[in-house]
Parts: sequence; C-alpha cells; structure tokens
Amino acid sequence: MSMKISTRQVDGVTILDLSGRITLGEGSVQLRNAVRELLGKGSKDILLNLADVNYIDSSGIGELVSAFTAARNQGGELKLLKLTKKVHDLLQITKLYTVFDIKDDEAEAIASFSHK
Amino acid sequence: MVSRFSYTLDSSLDSVNKVEEAAEQLAQKSGLDEDQTFQLTMAVREAAVNAVLHGNAYDPEKKITASFENNGSSLIIRISDQGNGLDPATLPDPLAPENLLSGSGRGIFLIRSFMDEVHFKLLHPGTELTLVKHLDSTQKSA
Repeated sequence: MSMKISTRQVDGVTILDLSGRITLGEGSVQLRNAVRELLGKGSKDILLNLADVNYIDSSGIGELVSAFTAARNQGGELKLLKLTKKVHDLLQITKLYTVFDIKDDEAEAIASFSHK
Repeated sequence: MVSRFSYTLDSSLDSVNKVEEAAEQLAQKSGLDEDQTFQLTMAVREAAVNAVLHGNAYDPEKKITASFENNGSSLIIRISDQGNGLDPATLPDPLAPENLLSGSGRGIFLIRSFMDEVHFKLLHPGTELTLVKHLDSTQKSA
C-alpha cells in the first residue's frame, strides 16, 4: 500500500523514481521529506518519475503542488515524467495539467531544465 | 434486491483504508467497470479522509460510520463523523486561479466530480455525506 522512492542523478537533474500510492499519510509524507531534503542540499532541479504510481489521492495531488511551489520558490524547477492514465486524468480534472511541465520522454525532460 | 452493510470505525488512517476496500468490493460486486470502480473508490476514500481528518481530527473519542447500499438502481454510500460540521458553501473553489497552487482543498471537488449525487447533512455534531452512483441497466442485474 505504501510508496517507494529511489533517487538518481542525470546531467545535473535529480530524478525521483516513485512507485506505489501517494496518499494521505505515508506516501505524501515520504514525498514531502524527499523533496525537502533535496532542496535543503541545493538540488533544485527535480524530475518526479510517476510511471509506477498507480494511485494518488487529493492529499497526494496537494503534495505534488507543494513540491512544485517549494522548488520554484528556491529558484529551481520540478517537473513530472510519465504519468499513468489515472494520474493524468486527475491532473486534468483539477486543472493542474497546465500548471506542471509534464514529459513522456526522460531524455527530453532532462534537456528541458534550464539550470542544469 | 437491496444489499446493505455498515461499519463504525475509529478516526484513523486504517479506517480510511478499510472504507476504501469496502467501496471497491461494492463497486466490483455491482458490476462497475474499472474506471467507474476507481472513481467510486476514490470518492469514498476522500469522504472517509474528510471524516477522519477534517471532521474528527483523529480524535480517538470520536467515531466515523460508513454504510454501503445497493438498492438495485443506485449505489448509496453514507459517511458520517462527529466533528464540528462542514458547510459546503464555505469551501473554496479549487479551480479558481488563486487556489490552483493550494496544497489542499480538492477532496470534496473530486467527490463531486466522480459521483452522480453528493448530499451534505449536518448532524449536530458532525456531518453526513451521502454519495450516490446510479447504475445502468446491465449493472442493475449484476
């Protein structure tokens, strides 16, 4: 039921590979802590790979938004990679699809960061 | 044939998960397809989160109740808490430009997006949310 996060660096961008559920409680807190830690270390260009995120609730959506604004407030960028259909649909319903920079291709996503 | 079951549960995340599982079982037994099952399950989960988090504020002295009913033409799910009461008219619009980057406030919106009917009732104390999903002709016979 919980979420797993693994971190890797590609060309100056930190990629968080998320899998599982981002929901109230564990998943949302894990994501918040991971992003806070990165920003605290000065890693401000973050790509969240959501390919293996099969479920996200309103708390998880809120956490994505908070992570996005936290990165932006520190002069960085947070982008989303490879949304599942369910997550894609939820971001459309909530009008967040236009807020986030969403990519399907990892190399293209990495190249799109301006601060690398 | 009407089928109905209900739970009275602690104000915890475990309860939210239990209510979510019950909603998924109801949806599957009632013949909803995968997308409809996802939508119903998510709406019920959001209602349970509201009851536990915003209604009862995780108070161990307060309970939530969840009832599930298939009356042959609709699925009716009622989630209630013992909190201060929720006035839906006071909820900000999460799609408004000034709220778009808010870190919260999308739960009720998603419930309304996914259900055919949503009703609020003040219980003094608490709030009862009634979520209704109409069944089509094939699902009615499921």
